[in-house]
Amino acid sequence: MSDSVYLDYAATTPIAPEVFEAMRPYFDSVYGNPSSLHQKGREAKKALQEAKQKIAACIGAVADEIIFTSGGTEGNNLAVFGVCEAMQSLGKHIITTSIEHHSVLKACQELEQKGYEITYLNPDETGCITVEQVRAALRPDTILVSVMYVNNETGSVQPIAEIAELLTESETYFHTDAVQAFGTEKIDVSLFKVDLLTMSGHKVNAPKGIGFLYIKENTKLHPLFFGGSQQRKLRPGTENIPYIVGLATACQMHCENRAQKREHLWQMKMELLSRLRQKQIKFSINGSEAASAPHIVSLCFPEISLSGFLTSLDLDGVCVSGGSACTSGSVRGSHVLIAMYQETDARVLSSVRFSFGIYTDLTDIKRVVVSIEKYIQRTKCLKG
Amino acid sequence: MKTIDKSQTRVVVGMSGGVDSSVAALLLKEEGYDVVGVFMKNWDDTNENGICTAAKDYEDVARVCDMLSIPYYSVNFEKEYWDRVFMYFLETYQKGHTPNPDVMCNKEIKFKAFLSYALELGADYVATGHYARVIKDESGQTHMLRGIDQNKDQSYFLHQLSQNQIEKVLFPLGGFFKPEIRELAQKAGLPTAQKKDSTGICFIGERNFKAFLSQYLPGQKGEMVTADGKIMGTHDGLMYYTIGQRHGLGIGGNGEPWFVIGKNLKENKLIVGQGFHHEKLYANRVFVHAVNWIVPVEENLSCTAKFRYRQADIPVTVRKISKDMVEVLCHEWVRAITPGQGAVFYQEEECLGGGLIDAVYQDEQRCAYM
Repeated sequence: MSDSVYLDYAATTPIAPEVFEAMRPYFDSVYGNPSSLHQKGREAKKALQEAKQKIAACIGAVADEIIFTSGGTEGNNLAVFGVCEAMQSLGKHIITTSIEHHSVLKACQELEQKGYEITYLNPDETGCITVEQVRAALRPDTILVSVMYVNNETGSVQPIAEIAELLTESETYFHTDAVQAFGTEKIDVSLFKVDLLTMSGHKVNAPKGIGFLYIKENTKLHPLFFGGSQQRKLRPGTENIPYIVGLATACQMHCENRAQKREHLWQMKMELLSRLRQKQIKFSINGSEAASAPHIVSLCFPEISLSGFLTSLDLDGVCVSGGSACTSGSVRGSHVLIAMYQETDARVLSSVRFSFGIYTDLTDIKRVVVSIEKYIQRTKCLKG
Repeated sequence: MKTIDKSQTRVVVGMSGGVDSSVAALLLKEEGYDVVGVFMKNWDDTNENGICTAAKDYEDVARVCDMLSIPYYSVNFEKEYWDRVFMYFLETYQKGHTPNPDVMCNKEIKFKAFLSYALELGADYVATGHYARVIKDESGQTHMLRGIDQNKDQSYFLHQLSQNQIEKVLFPLGGFFKPEIRELAQKAGLPTAQKKDSTGICFIGERNFKAFLSQYLPGQKGEMVTADGKIMGTHDGLMYYTIGQRHGLGIGGNGEPWFVIGKNLKENKLIVGQGFHHEKLYANRVFVHAVNWIVPVEENLSCTAKFRYRQADIPVTVRKISKDMVEVLCHEWVRAITPGQGAVFYQEEECLGGGLIDAVYQDEQRCAYM
């Protein structure tokens, strides 16, 4: 549908035209393999180096600390398995949270099978964990703390700087999944001590299938893949130059305009909330309105049946998200909301995530509110 | 009559991933309706490897809908199905009756939970791939007719629907013969054109029925006896047998084959007799409960009845006893009228309604069918 309203930027985003343009030459004219020594190879290698530098500059890192991956899932797996494999002689205890993305949670569950011990910190009702919880869970054999920066379902911002501070003097590695934070939250690895940071391109208008893992210098990490000597052997394989160039362009674009972007996204979020209130539609916010990222809001509508609501909105051309879908398309309760409330809490099955991006405008917000109002009216009539 | 703008008329089609509902969607789309496909997931069939076989059917729905350029969704009614259909199914077996879950599924799920879901989506009608017809007369009364294809007619399973329900229903296949449907599917290139029809009870599928049921209702072994009390063997639990059944008794020998001719629930005995036409298998008087009338009928009604799916029409007289109970007098002897199954009444092409078979008689003598 061409005239659809897309409010699911936390799922993925369209590729920005400037990103697309930047990538274009690397598909046909600058097609070399950066490992080749001839001129075609050197051209490609130059692009690779420049991309690394651009990205490193965005987050206060140096170019060699950037390892390109296929995206968030690979970045998180490389960080979690990579640290555990490399550090197992020092201990087998990991601290994470129950609201991580599945690419961290399932990796941890896999490690549990292999004899590691995992502490899952539970958030409070605002969707946040505290640095005290981390402190209390730390043990001499804790080799890794992995806490996401911004939760993908509620937008809750975790106390990353404080955790980093706590772990500054410790030998425990700190990994943060910053997939949903990049471009809206401040990320400067020269200011706070993170050892590993995951980023994914398609959440910030770069293509799907590209991302990076920041690996602080001297961090001991075991690779997932084996092959050539590309990317310090931590991620062998010919680098995906066009996508890497696209990623760098998108990163730069989002970092340079971060302040403006934040303001715009907040405005969109506030506009949605105030319009819903204006129409007297009953809802509550999952998590805290203040301690959340500007581009994500999770709302509970007590009067709706989730499946009917989402389907109705979709039939109106409005794309929002209501948790993960199983293979036959049925809606399941989100593990994040279950962790915040309880499995039996009605909020788990009547919550909807709205997420905004650089192309969201007031018309989108108006249309989604009209569609929600229409659904609520219709179901009220049916109930009589 | 005012003409309706079909493009402004939203029809939500219940799609199973089979050929019938695929063609139902195709026909509605060709007529110009605003068609939406919805797959109902009513049973958790995740197997021991964590694979849910419903996913394959949903993929077929997706392929058909993509081809027809209509949106498609899935809705989960596992809880509703369990509470309203499966519990009824088990309770009926516990009573020694033989339930018909399809009848209950239509009443409680497809034309209640699903219908109200469709209305939530702004539907004007729901449609399914059933072989039956619905028409509205000048007075505004809606009637349900048999499907044109007598061989496939499914009105039997739909007899519990009310006026309110059928008013909002379209059955696009009712005017077609099954081979025509396959042909339409093939011509349109639908990916489900060659798909095998599903058989048996949907949630059991091709699995062993006894093994399935015993997971929920442990069978109590007992004696298998003749009407005169002669012990012929043991049975595995009364609910595994149905009136008129031949297979699975494990008694053979000389003479005619053996059949289930009755059950003694109190003494946990299965009564068997020799011969397909054993006299105890024949009855002519039936009490029917949970009766639903699709249209108003007279107190004493002459019509025809079916006591099982695909049975030939039997001339009967129906007498109302109470609001939802009737006595049916058959004008001929009928074999193996089974408690728990539907008794469905017809006036020529029209399905008037029906109910569930409760007690069965040979004139004044009650049959030991439960």
